[in-house]
Amino acid sequence: MSGGLTSQSFPKNARAALANPPLLKAIAHIEETLVGGRRRATEALPEFKALRDAGRDIKAHALDHLDLYLEAFERKVVEAGGFVHWAADAADANRIILDICRKAGAQRVTKGKSMITEEVGLNAFLQENGIAPVETDLGEYIIQLRGETPSHIIAPAVHVNKEQVAADFRRAHADLDPKRNLEEPTSLLAEARGVLRERFLSADVGITGANFLVAETGSTVIVTNEGNGDLTQILPKTHIVLASIEKVVPTLEDVATIMRLLARSATGQEMSVYTTFSTGPRRTGDPDGPEAFHVVLLDNGRSAMLGSEFEDMLRCIRCGACINHCPVYRSIGGHAYGSVYPGPMGSVLTPSLQGLEKSAHLANASTLCGRCESVCPMRIPLPKMLRHWREKEFERHLTPKKARFGLAAWRFLAARPRLYGLATRLGAWGLARLAGRDGSLRQAPLAGSWTRWRDLPAPEGGTFRTEWAKRGRK
Amino acid sequence: MSSRDAILGRIRRSLGASGSDATRLAAVRHRLAETPVNVVPARGQLPSSERVDLFVRKAGEVFASVARLEGREDIPGAVVSYLRDRNLPQEIRRGDDRRLADLPWEREAQLAVTTGPSDGSDLVGLSHSDAGVAETGTVVLTSGTDNPTTLNFLPDHHIVVVDASTVAGDYETVWAELRRRFGAGVMPRTVNLVTGPSRSADIEETLLLGAHGPRSLHILVVG
Amino acid sequence: MTTPKPRVALFVTCLVDFFRPTVGFSAVKLLEDAGCDVYVPAGQTCCGQPAYNSGDRAGARALAERVITLFEGFDHVVIPSGSCAGMIKTHYSDLFSGEPGWRLRAEALADKTHELTSFLVDVLGVSPLPVTWEGTATYHDSCSGLRELGIKEQPRRLLSAVDGLTVKEMADPEACCGFGGAFCVKYDEISNAIVERKVADVRGTGAELLLSGDLGCLLNISGKLRREGSSVEVRHVAEVLAGMATGPAIGESRK
Repeated sequence: MSGGLTSQSFPKNARAALANPPLLKAIAHIEETLVGGRRRATEALPEFKALRDAGRDIKAHALDHLDLYLEAFERKVVEAGGFVHWAADAADANRIILDICRKAGAQRVTKGKSMITEEVGLNAFLQENGIAPVETDLGEYIIQLRGETPSHIIAPAVHVNKEQVAADFRRAHADLDPKRNLEEPTSLLAEARGVLRERFLSADVGITGANFLVAETGSTVIVTNEGNGDLTQILPKTHIVLASIEKVVPTLEDVATIMRLLARSATGQEMSVYTTFSTGPRRTGDPDGPEAFHVVLLDNGRSAMLGSEFEDMLRCIRCGACINHCPVYRSIGGHAYGSVYPGPMGSVLTPSLQGLEKSAHLANASTLCGRCESVCPMRIPLPKMLRHWREKEFERHLTPKKARFGLAAWRFLAARPRLYGLATRLGAWGLARLAGRDGSLRQAPLAGSWTRWRDLPAPEGGTFRTEWAKRGRK
Repeated sequence: MSSRDAILGRIRRSLGASGSDATRLAAVRHRLAETPVNVVPARGQLPSSERVDLFVRKAGEVFASVARLEGREDIPGAVVSYLRDRNLPQEIRRGDDRRLADLPWEREAQLAVTTGPSDGSDLVGLSHSDAGVAETGTVVLTSGTDNPTTLNFLPDHHIVVVDASTVAGDYETVWAELRRRFGAGVMPRTVNLVTGPSRSADIEETLLLGAHGPRSLHILVVG
Repeated sequence: MTTPKPRVALFVTCLVDFFRPTVGFSAVKLLEDAGCDVYVPAGQTCCGQPAYNSGDRAGARALAERVITLFEGFDHVVIPSGSCAGMIKTHYSDLFSGEPGWRLRAEALADKTHELTSFLVDVLGVSPLPVTWEGTATYHDSCSGLRELGIKEQPRRLLSAVDGLTVKEMADPEACCGFGGAFCVKYDEISNAIVERKVADVRGTGAELLLSGDLGCLLNISGKLRREGSSVEVRHVAEVLAGMATGPAIGESRK
């Protein structure tokens, strides 16, 4: 992936993002569209809170019995004439998919939008092996042309403006009339529709992810708005579904419950346009549909999260609500995280996927404001899990020395009230003197990164405890 | 050891659970057999005529157009009017579904009706739904010998017939009906829940209709 | 027979102690006016939240133990901060997992610990003595108070009784101000971007006064307003409610 995994240089990435006005302007749209949409949709459904509880309980039950539901799902897929493959990690999944493509003699591969294929780096792997998959979701198609990675899990090209898309299309669709008008989003969409229609119709293999795997029926479910996922999975002879193991839910009723949460939380729609259940390959007499149906079940670290302090994260349904509401994401966009999954859910998942050493910034780069948890349809305690990563970082002595020293000094002082009182008294007095009549300091000792951006309000003078004692109070 | 066994083994170790634990097996068996209903919104729990009204309103909210017909015999005429109103050629493609095949198409001599799956060259597809869902204005389409899935996605315009008596308040009612028709734990090859025409907001979060699927969805509610 | 006055311990918080004693005195006045006997245990320092949020559980646990010992003997513990109250109410017991004795004590303390406005409204159910503040204010919901403790209506209800005061809401009063403890100095550029949005929202209301229940947020927002040259006054909600909003506001020059 050209974006690469650069969580280690998060502060540098963030700085670059903050100095990129078109990016910031693009992200600002989220407030009205996704955040506003979610608010309106959830307010219009009185049962939304009860559905969140039910959704959480369904996933918790499914995770508690994950082995059994996966076995049940597998049985039903096989009964319906499909194949199930098990992939322990990304390399396994890539190899299995390449193998299926080769056996199918695949020249042309189309893809529906899927974060899990981003997680395993499928596109790059297939390309190295002579197969160039075409992304068909409009946003994914745009970033594929740009050689980028998604900056948002449901709005992959949210960082791109329409002028950039027009330039990309002119470059990529060089055979079209160079004088054509591409000013409006409608003309951009029409062009992508035309170009991709050809790809859909000529593909040998279609690869999608899955929003749900249904144990009761052996169905894989995709939820989309454009219809590209459906064209990807019904037109080619072979349909491959790559899904992580925690996507399994017991029954259709359980899908219905979570469906009611998903689109409302993601885009503010009551229901996405297309929710499609696929069960096995085409049946005898069917006029269309794939002749072969493969499901690749991916673990990639998830089985180790079960039973750990990060188990709740496996309830995630990838709606992106935490991302849309995160003040940090809203300041810097998704690429700065340098990880496959951005925002709060990404900051919790990424250390599990790529190691804490490479991603320790992510858990720290949060104000722990808790808005993510408050909008999470699955009630995942994201701030708590970010704090868990901070604890692991501290335990493993990965915390920067300066911060560790500061904490130790604070702890030493705070456990010694007299010394603490003296130090704070001197500090408050000193800063108040320094500020003089101004009431605020434009610069202050040890507060450089505060005063770089804002004034430091000066202390009133004496500390509360001194003043209290002066009044002879108990 | 196979990847399968390795993954299942790791899951069981993490959970501290066994794959042959009778309590766990019973819990799973029970849930899959009983398919308990969770929370169902009150919104769709209405007497039938109000339920159909809600379906029509909700479909409109997601940019589907809706026409209400008194009887099945009105369908060919309604198709012709739809095509005429939009300056479309009088040509449609549909599946061989009896519910469509048995209609009096001969009454509309100017209309060319072909049957079978779409190869991408059809402007207008006609399908018969198995159900409507009032709570979100959703139509439910199942694949089968006479119901090609491609007709739901490739044509620019998708006309869907919904029998008013099949409009359910919620998805759960539809699942129960699917189980009744196909058997417990059995699904048709493809079940499409379609809520409005294809759309995308991938360019500057601007909502545009007609991304890769149909640009318009026209629902004929019969009865 | 009259019921004895509740013995209320004020946990003043390290930020109020250091930066803004007026908030502490305002809290004392509000509590005494409401009929409480107010105590300020002398050994109090910090609730341990900085350590807890930095992953230093042992450090946080050590400070939590001090706080429990110091405060558990009172009828109520009241804190003019949603953040520190949230630490004690929602996180202390988590620090003592595996230590049932301490855990019980932590839970008992959590039960009787309250954020100031919540204590006045939810526990005492009192209306403060009438005060006046002429003008328009806007209220920032601090994250911990709002999302850990559910504090939203309480300060607004109390403010609605202030003579002459109109509260004009921001477009997004529940948005984080970007303070986040160590976050604001560790990731200062991002913190700045967040507080810029908050300050724009504050200024958009046209209010001449910004109130909140947490000094961390207030220092951050005031610092940004001052840097931008804004004249919006910034105060802790207790100052206005106690009628003690008479001296210079937070970060304001002394006349």
